[in-house]
Amino acid sequence: MTVRGKMTHFSLLVDVVIITALAFDFTNGFHDTANAMATSIATGALRPKVAVLICGVFNLAGAFLSTKVALTISSGIVNDKLVTPAIIFAGLVGAILWNLATWLVGLPSSSSHALFGGLIGAVWVGAGINGVHFDQVISKILLPAAASPIIAGIAALIATYLAYRISRPAREGSFTSGFRHGQTISASLVSLAHGTNDAQKTMGVITLTLISTGALASGSNPPYWVIASAGLAIGLGTYTGGWRIIRTMGNRLTDIAPPQGFAAETSSAAVILSSANLGFALSTTHVVAGSVLGTGLGRRMAEVRWSVAGQMALAWLLTLPAAAAVGAVSASVAVRGTLGVVVIGLVALAVAVAVYLVSRREPVTANNVNDLPPAGAERAALRTAA
Amino acid sequence: MHIDWTALGEVAVVSIGVAVGVVVIFSLGVLSLSRRETITERGGDGTVALTGAVLCFAACAAVVLYGIYLIIPQLHH
Repeated sequence: MTVRGKMTHFSLLVDVVIITALAFDFTNGFHDTANAMATSIATGALRPKVAVLICGVFNLAGAFLSTKVALTISSGIVNDKLVTPAIIFAGLVGAILWNLATWLVGLPSSSSHALFGGLIGAVWVGAGINGVHFDQVISKILLPAAASPIIAGIAALIATYLAYRISRPAREGSFTSGFRHGQTISASLVSLAHGTNDAQKTMGVITLTLISTGALASGSNPPYWVIASAGLAIGLGTYTGGWRIIRTMGNRLTDIAPPQGFAAETSSAAVILSSANLGFALSTTHVVAGSVLGTGLGRRMAEVRWSVAGQMALAWLLTLPAAAAVGAVSASVAVRGTLGVVVIGLVALAVAVAVYLVSRREPVTANNVNDLPPAGAERAALRTAA
Repeated sequence: MHIDWTALGEVAVVSIGVAVGVVVIFSLGVLSLSRRETITERGGDGTVALTGAVLCFAACAAVVLYGIYLIIPQLHH
């Protein structure tokens, strides 16, 4: 195969960038499992292990469906003529470290914004401010980021309200099982949409790297092995399950019943699909969080825990600049040559291991994802107050 | 800098419309299914209620299929 032949021409640095990109893709997977599956796990529509398996498979399948968003990354927000592999490496390090930090505290921040932020910071420092297309950043990233959760929230609010209005006379059994089935299907659709969206972002980064070294022409589509490995990395990450974030999204933000889960997932799918068609690089995290908030409001005003919502909103605002800052610092070292890349790589690896070790102290797994020691008391208090 | 407000408005109207539409139709399906159970338990004929439920779920399935069609560009290019 010609592709194989080309691969042998890659320098060590390019190999390192590709591996780092796939590592980011893996963190993206477990960071975002919550988007598709948190509500299904919280309502008991799917057992946790089954949910992450379905999500992983649909993510992998989704990766093969489309490469439209990949093109936006590789030829959109940064100037692919000024970018070098070392800069991309620095950007990925920024994205991975921010994703690990937010995962540790269970915050569903946007993996997409972490990636964009990391790249923007690294390109800004490594190639100069002209390397970043700020008009594209605003119109394709920041504006959809602000608008999409509001739209999804409004949709979920109205849908939840009407679902309860309409099905109130239904019998308890058919009510619960009916909406649980609906929820499983709508969550699978979100997984599929997530696979096409987020796996493509990594494909875009790897393609950008190959373009920057001249292995591919500017504006090229991702090669097949890039699509396959990106799909596999995000699918595996998803299957690992970001249980900390699933807990936040499914249980801490608001209590979710099957009709709400269904309304929220349907609203998320509708927003993601209708905007992907117009080339907006949406954050599925923002959309789903908006839907979950909306569905909480649609059922009973008091049930939304605004302190958790506030923490999430803060994390959203911080994600892009924070990842950009880490990306910028990494770039300032990485562009100095191979030694710089090695230093940044080792530092990143050390931080990743440290985050993992800290997480082991208080593990969240498939078995305890729905148990809430501290927030459970909060929930009980809300129940008695209601 | 160009911001496509029309596209943004379109996304808002279409996604809110579709999401609310699907959930409403699905809820009607759930309600019909529950009606059928009640009717058959009393020894009645639940065919009408069942037909209603099937129609509702079929409509939702059609929207899901359209969603998958939208995800896959090969199908509409």
